[in-house]
Amino acid sequence: MQAFEYIDAKTVSEAVALLGEKGDKAGLLSGGTDLIVQAREGKKNLDWIIDIKSIPEVNELTFDSNSGLTLGAAVPCYQIYANDSICESFPGLVDATVIIGGTAIQGRAGIGGNLCNASPAADGIPPLIVLKATCVIAGPNGERELPVEEFCTAPGQTALEKGEMLISLKIPVPEKNSSSFYLRFIPRNEMDIAVVGAGASVVLDDSKQRIVSARIALAAVAPTPLFAEEASALLTDKEINDDIIEEAAQAAQSIARPISDMRGTAEQRTHLVGVLTRRALNGAIERVRDAA
Amino acid sequence: MAKKSHVQTTINGESVEFLCEPRQSLLEVLRDELHLTGAKEGCNNGNCGACSVILDGRLVNSCLVLGVEIEGKSVETIEGLADPEKLHPIQDAFLENAALQCGICTPGIIMSAKALLDNNPKPTEYEVRYWLAGNLCRCTGYDKIVRAVLDAAEAT
Ligand SMILES: Cc1cc2nc3c(=O)[nH]c(=O)nc-3n(C[C@H](O)[C@H](O)[C@H](O)COP(=O)(O)OP(=O)(O)OC[C@H]3O[C@@H](n4cnc5c(N)ncnc54)[C@H](O)[C@@H]3O)c2cc1C
Ligand code: FES
Ligand code: FES
Repeated sequence: MQAFEYIDAKTVSEAVALLGEKGDKAGLLSGGTDLIVQAREGKKNLDWIIDIKSIPEVNELTFDSNSGLTLGAAVPCYQIYANDSICESFPGLVDATVIIGGTAIQGRAGIGGNLCNASPAADGIPPLIVLKATCVIAGPNGERELPVEEFCTAPGQTALEKGEMLISLKIPVPEKNSSSFYLRFIPRNEMDIAVVGAGASVVLDDSKQRIVSARIALAAVAPTPLFAEEASALLTDKEINDDIIEEAAQAAQSIARPISDMRGTAEQRTHLVGVLTRRALNGAIERVRDAA
Repeated sequence: MAKKSHVQTTINGESVEFLCEPRQSLLEVLRDELHLTGAKEGCNNGNCGACSVILDGRLVNSCLVLGVEIEGKSVETIEGLADPEKLHPIQDAFLENAALQCGICTPGIIMSAKALLDNNPKPTEYEVRYWLAGNLCRCTGYDKIVRAVLDAAEAT
């Protein structure tokens, strides 16, 4: 691997100051499952690697019944799926964390790194979008917040400005009668990159026969993960039946702009958007109905 | 070349100090600096699991950890598994079940199996297969490995 200096940053202000000073030559190290691979392959040319895992704020994992979930940017997947509050309230996020890599990857990789790496196929991003996550960002001018669907701007590119870093993700308390679901298509059973991924969240009424509102998000069908806004809006205040789910699935297909590559053709990907959107919606609905 | 860093850590229960460059992975440090050559380099990018070790109780790919990151931490490698007198039950089960052929994947798979059994002493076959999904083996066809891990769980 290329030579670089390593700095174990202890505070947000230290990391932000270093980022401002070193610019593009510095990379933040969280779980390293993307960064170390990219540095080794020469895809990133770094003179400085700034480890953020000693910074308390990026390790925070708290759930509060008023303010919701605070998920620090460096919390690894295994801590997410071992957390009872997350399993109960945000199952769509758990669906993603159990399929990112294998056990050893999940021991280090986090959702913050998954988001900041900004891969179009990132499994962690659609669940964040459907769960209405907000990014808490720190920079030279202090803190700001950004809806997660605005964070990725192109493959590998984010809305972070020079000197900025992601501190945490905030997810609001789930509404009554709500749940979430994420799934992807891969040709293997595990350890592969999504050909297409789809996440959904739904809020149902007390009869659990009507959708109050829903959100759908897609991975690997555009340069960034997508919030399928129109498809989501179609479901507002609708009786649950196959036709309405199909209509939403078709609306999701209409915004997909997939490419053909070794993982699948554009045509197959568009087809998969329909299948996976249906399954994600039905999966989230089933979870609401199964809950006591 | 970047200045070497001094790292103080615990490996297989013993306190260890070493010097390394920041760009050296934990796998390189184990093999090249500490001469613990049990962990193997397969892919060097997180896909094969041949380099698996346990870091502060969690299974990790040592090719995706920097040596400098283990300051103050505790690492378990295959070298720490057996007593001088006798093999670890997982190692016995691998021999009993002929769960290895060339053996390149074996140290990683055994450490992965140890992390599983430390965490879940009586896993189902499904849980064993899912847990080991990040450990590739080109020889055995996996079935004997899965039987060995289930037998080791039975034996402990
Ligand atoms: C074998 C293997 C299998 C994988 N399988 C999957 C998979 O199935 N699905 C999937 O989606 N991904 C997969 N990945 C990719 C990777 O594991 C994930 O993207 C992971 O979630 C990244 O998290 P990390 O903590 O390791 O990030 P890191 O590698 O530490 O960081 C990723 C990027 O984000 C930047 N960064 C990190 N933290 C911050 C921060 N706080 N603020 C600003 N920038 C930051 C880093 O500088 C780097 O550019 C796989 C990788 C490997 C090696
Ligand atoms: S050598 Fe580390 S996973 Fe293959
Ligand atoms: S025994 Fe040869 S790779 Fe597993």
